[in-house]
Amino acid sequence: MGAGAGPGLRVGADEGPVTAADVTVRTVDLADTPLRELNAGLHAVNGDGPRRWRVLNPRGAHAVAAGIDAEIEVDVEGHVGYYCAGMNKRAVVRVHGNCGPGAAENIMSGTVAVDGNASQSAGATGRGGLLVIRGDAAARCGISMKGVDIVVRGSVGHMSAFMAQKGRLVVCGDAGDALGDSIYEAQLYVRGNVAGLGADCVEKELDEPHVAELRDLLERAGIDDCDPAEFRRYGSERRLYNFQVDDAGSY
Amino acid sequence: MTEFDSLGKARDQLERRASRRGWRPGLRESALFDRNVIHEIQRAAREGIYDIRGFGAKRAVPHFDDLLFLGASMSRYPLEGYRERCDTDVVLGDRHAAQPLHLDIPITIAGMSFGALSGPAKEALGRGASQVGTSTTTGDGGMTPEEREHSSVLVYQLLPSRYGMNPDDLRRADAIEIVVGQGAKPGGGGVLLGQKISDRVAEMRDLPKGIDQRSACRHPDWTGPDDLEIKIHELREITDWEKPIFVKIGATRPYFDVALAVKAGADVVVLDGMQGGTAATQEVFIEHVGIPTMAAVRPAVDALQDLDMHRRVQLVVSGGIRSGADVAKVLALGADAASIGVAAIVALGDNSPQHEEGYAEIATSAGYYDDWHEGRDPAGISTQDDDLAARFDPRLGGRRLANYLRTMVLEAQTIARACGKSHLHNLEPEDLVALSVEAAAMARVPLAGTSWIPGTEAVVNT
Amino acid sequence: MCGIAGLFSKSLELSEGLGGNLAEMLLQLSDRGPDSAGVAFYRDPGPAGSCKVSLLEPAPGYDWDGVRDALSEAFGAGDPEVRASHAVFVVEAKASEAERWLRERYPELRVMSAGQTIEIYKEEGSPRRFVERFALRDMQGSHALGHTRMATESRVTTEHSHPFSTGLDLCLVHNGSLSNHNRIRQRLRREGIEFRTDNDSEVAAGYLTYRLREGASLEQALEGCLEDLDGFYTFAVGTVDGFAVLRDPIACKPAVMAETDDWVAMASEYRAIAVLPGAEGATVWEPEPGRVYVWERTKVP
Repeated sequence: MGAGAGPGLRVGADEGPVTAADVTVRTVDLADTPLRELNAGLHAVNGDGPRRWRVLNPRGAHAVAAGIDAEIEVDVEGHVGYYCAGMNKRAVVRVHGNCGPGAAENIMSGTVAVDGNASQSAGATGRGGLLVIRGDAAARCGISMKGVDIVVRGSVGHMSAFMAQKGRLVVCGDAGDALGDSIYEAQLYVRGNVAGLGADCVEKELDEPHVAELRDLLERAGIDDCDPAEFRRYGSERRLYNFQVDDAGSY
Repeated sequence: MTEFDSLGKARDQLERRASRRGWRPGLRESALFDRNVIHEIQRAAREGIYDIRGFGAKRAVPHFDDLLFLGASMSRYPLEGYRERCDTDVVLGDRHAAQPLHLDIPITIAGMSFGALSGPAKEALGRGASQVGTSTTTGDGGMTPEEREHSSVLVYQLLPSRYGMNPDDLRRADAIEIVVGQGAKPGGGGVLLGQKISDRVAEMRDLPKGIDQRSACRHPDWTGPDDLEIKIHELREITDWEKPIFVKIGATRPYFDVALAVKAGADVVVLDGMQGGTAATQEVFIEHVGIPTMAAVRPAVDALQDLDMHRRVQLVVSGGIRSGADVAKVLALGADAASIGVAAIVALGDNSPQHEEGYAEIATSAGYYDDWHEGRDPAGISTQDDDLAARFDPRLGGRRLANYLRTMVLEAQTIARACGKSHLHNLEPEDLVALSVEAAAMARVPLAGTSWIPGTEAVVNT
Repeated sequence: MCGIAGLFSKSLELSEGLGGNLAEMLLQLSDRGPDSAGVAFYRDPGPAGSCKVSLLEPAPGYDWDGVRDALSEAFGAGDPEVRASHAVFVVEAKASEAERWLRERYPELRVMSAGQTIEIYKEEGSPRRFVERFALRDMQGSHALGHTRMATESRVTTEHSHPFSTGLDLCLVHNGSLSNHNRIRQRLRREGIEFRTDNDSEVAAGYLTYRLREGASLEQALEGCLEDLDGFYTFAVGTVDGFAVLRDPIACKPAVMAETDDWVAMASEYRAIAVLPGAEGATVWEPEPGRVYVWERTKVP
């Protein structure tokens, strides 16, 4: 785990990681280019703009590659700050390093893949697409998710999937306390230990359709060393959907 | 029957008639445990949960009615009503944005969600606002295509729930309003029970149909002004720095909150006093949390002045604005614009006596109706029921709103001209006096006819 | 709301460049803390039997020589190191004696810190201005804490700035907002803890001072925070041997840690760590909520 460019996530790529020899790649070095210029360039990509980008020296900058709406691939070499690839549409963004809070927040579609760790609120309110984290995610992973799929090879922190409405969260490691508190219809799969379940979140049966769903998600995430059968499924008990006096203590 | 008996019978008859009207000699209501309080306690005993309703604070708190303008006399000269100008335009958000908002009048329509309001009602708000050159605001639930089509200037809210949030609407918006809180429930969220969601609303919000809606009280991906600054930066990056960023706060500690909003990078601060309305929240929140609008404005302006940001970061004030007099007073205290919510839907026809029959059917009456979350509004405004909503004519509603807005502007101009002002923004606190000690202290203007401002050493010449 | 930075040297080279590195960290944190800045530097231990005190006097051109002469006469003291509005004296006395004497003879001076090695400097104004005025880049030391402040509910003054001293060679910086500090301040005042401001962070510092005074270890005192303090916080505490970090159990305020062969660092945002030499190869992680972390020189492998 940790810093440095990893072997290169192959998620969403048809040709593997970007190399310097690939002449169709636009390289932007944030050491001498303002972030505004990078993001403006990414937003201006139209039919004939560069389809592959490399971003160097992010050094913890915030909002790197935020707001893309194009079928392009962006490789970020290094650690980023908050809100990397925020509200991403259609693009494949690979972070070869760690992310700060709010990675891929409100992602609409496309793929965001993180080699290292993600901080809090990874994938927050995401409405579609795929977020893959090879390391760990901190607290509130998938908070308020609205349709995104999130796959974490490591563990997630407390209050993950808080008020999760829709979508799937797969955790190959452990989950912290209060998992799925106030969950709606999102599906949670955890392979390791769950420190505690939140209000209205319960373990559910892992049947064949769920195993198939899980296998598909793991494959899309490029994770081939976790057996779907080792996971447990969690979801809403739906007791809090319509208020009953006797449940008042759960609120 | 003796004379004595018939007198007694007459008295009985009188008493029975009186008791049908609810009062008899000897009946004395408690100020503490009045009929409303008794009703509420017994409802709580039956249901085991807090009461939820819409509207704003209903109890009387110090408000703008306690302030009066000092019109021209010997020392000041008024302006003529027609030939001499009194301008009303305002620019919101020119601190950072490439495209600030240019409004013809300093009154905007506050955020109200599609979901809380019907589609036709939102359309009417857009039509009316556009007719007079001002803005509307989306609410909790996102932007509908109809609203974008009918509002010439549309402010898009970013709320803790993030229902329907997407970058396309961010880019379609004319400004973005980050909601930290609202006056009816500063610090609110929590579980909102008994609020049913219609199918279309459920779809827009990515929620299952027919369930109680729970709302978060904090944003999911930032907490605190230091991290808000980073969030604002992200929104600017996503929208290529084109749009003004508003920050909306419920009035609690306005001096600190406005200062922090400015430090976090807000272009405009929207300050909503405790009287601000809501589609639905706990009654105890509405009535017992937050400070009155009138008490919030001066501290907010102080914060801006202390940071040398007055008129550079604009202040929009809402929460119980009802007339051109309220607008003029809020501007005089230093705001750049006022915003209306409850007043706007009342202008559309909410609580109108013409629907009395419909109100009676749902055990209420025109002027009292506040269970907006139940979605049974006979006026077709705070409902998702297609039949009810169809009763509401958005074109007529739009005209009504435009008329009301124009009236308020004319009223404010009347007052301003009487004070010798050629622009509404030239109204100042020194144009005001107070009728009560509370109003004098809160608005920091002298008690009428005196030089006394409670709580200050200032001596004011009258 | 604020920015926090901590830097603990594991090599001579890093110690020599400690001030320069900390300055770069503070500059990266100035967006989230524009109002004031402060540092606690651990360096140049005074000889046994003496103490170091850092004194504040905002009025320019203050007669520090006069203070030196008086201190020399009373206890023995050398020339102060003067940086902007602060002066650091090494006094041949116990800290409590020196502080008592100063309170009586020079009540206008504020004692910012006392101990064997600690020096606290803080001032209102931008972090950039602070770095220049206090010549931070010249400073060397074994470890240091820094803070950039965005004032929430109390005023922007030097005294409201962080770090707050919480005892000999001890200090606290805070990112977040407490919600029950007023009642705690009242209780602590009754226990003899003094407060100069209405600042919530000063209450947290006072709480630690109190618990330590009553015999708790630093770990116990910090664990006490989890019980007794309400609100949101990332705390960093400077100690004579290193530093400690604690996040509240909800952990909405950020914190990043990083380590190389030459240093251990802590900051509110990674970009403040990215400026450190060798950061690209550092191990980076986040402290868990509700858990006390302590780094001390003897424990470093």
